[in-house]
Amino acid sequence: MSIAVINYNAGNTRSVLNALKRAGEQPVLTADPSVISSASGVILPGQGEASNVMQSLRDCKLVETILNLRQPVLGICIGLQLFCEYSEEGDTICMGMFPGTRVRHFHALSTLPSLKVPHMGWNSLHGLRSPLFQGMSEGTYVYFVHSFCAPPTQDTCATCEYGGVPFAAAMQRGNFYATQFHPEKSGCAGEQIIRNFISLCHD
Amino acid sequence: MLSKRIISCLDVKDGRTVKGTCFVNLREAGDPVELGKTYSEQGVDELVFLDITASHEGRKTFTDMVSRVAEALSIPFTVGGGVQGPDDVARLLDAGADKVSINSSALWKPELIDAIATRFGSQVCVVAIDAHQVSPGQWVCYANGGRVPTERELFTWAYEAQERGAGEILFTSMDHDGSRSGFANAALASLNERLRIPLIASGGAGCMQDFADAFNLGKADAALAAGVFHFGDIAIPQLKSFLKQQNIPVRL
Repeated sequence: MSIAVINYNAGNTRSVLNALKRAGEQPVLTADPSVISSASGVILPGQGEASNVMQSLRDCKLVETILNLRQPVLGICIGLQLFCEYSEEGDTICMGMFPGTRVRHFHALSTLPSLKVPHMGWNSLHGLRSPLFQGMSEGTYVYFVHSFCAPPTQDTCATCEYGGVPFAAAMQRGNFYATQFHPEKSGCAGEQIIRNFISLCHD
Repeated sequence: MLSKRIISCLDVKDGRTVKGTCFVNLREAGDPVELGKTYSEQGVDELVFLDITASHEGRKTFTDMVSRVAEALSIPFTVGGGVQGPDDVARLLDAGADKVSINSSALWKPELIDAIATRFGSQVCVVAIDAHQVSPGQWVCYANGGRVPTERELFTWAYEAQERGAGEILFTSMDHDGSRSGFANAALASLNERLRIPLIASGGAGCMQDFADAFNLGKADAALAAGVFHFGDIAIPQLKSFLKQQNIPVRL
């Protein structure tokens, strides 16, 4: 079975598809619930404003489908935020795979008034604890572009820091994995994470 | 810690890179994809591909190149040159670009920045500014690749671009570009004080210390160069180690 990349008009799906192909996969881009449910793994890419993206998922009738998935699922960037319980962006109730986690704006969390937002560029990962980071070392740099973030919780499996604010760079609970950074744009480190996710899907 | 970014800029004409290159082992030195991959392997943090073709035909070739670059590269890249409206941006993003830079078209039609930011998000919109210093602290913005002076002043224009929704400012000092005497650090520091979005320094890189100065004195978030990388005067791995020794956060 192949890996399904969810196509819901709100993500940079091209980069994710390219990254999977570079890793030897033949992913399918789809919004079909039956294709998604039967895939060996599922990726929810995403870009955009939380309430709009959440609405796109509802419009495509995909929320239930995603919540019921039992195979490995990877949310990227806004994907991580939508797996949380709530996002301050657009006052959005999210899907809640990571219960109790509330996504907030950097300016609401940082004491630095001049902090540049979005947090854009390469930053380092710490406290790695997930099969997603198999073979990777502390301090590895990955690529971020985001203005909102999830404070660290028990589901956090990698942390990062920006403007004095520690936040969840990656989260995992059961079969739901998520990265705030873009593995598909994170060079060699990102390729390793993609390969690790693929291994999880084909286990 | 958020690292300072090193960006290499490639000029592309009819789908081929035009400046010389030091990468003798390349099968195809003029191929933007091969060159981009080589830079990526050497640890460059980001790439910029500038379309310097004017023709409609050339634009199609450039879009095809963007698709091939996106298939091959696993680091972010920006494309620019000849972007007139949101439809051009859509075409380039669809091809796989991460960001699009606009320059002259934004000077003539500033609301283009709002349009891009609203439709695609600020993170996509890089506003490039070419400016020339006319008196101490006074910089005039130029359009059409530095050929046409405008009435816009650097600091007010950069601020306006930010307020309209630019995600980054790429400032090229025309006085420093090609001089290899260092970046315009005083102007960069003034820009940084006025901006809440990332600032990319461009123009003037000659040696490794110039990059350290752009970060320490100019307070830039990223530094861009072309010639010194293409001709092999500065190798990316050495540059990164040099910066790290000076306690500048870089991705190694």
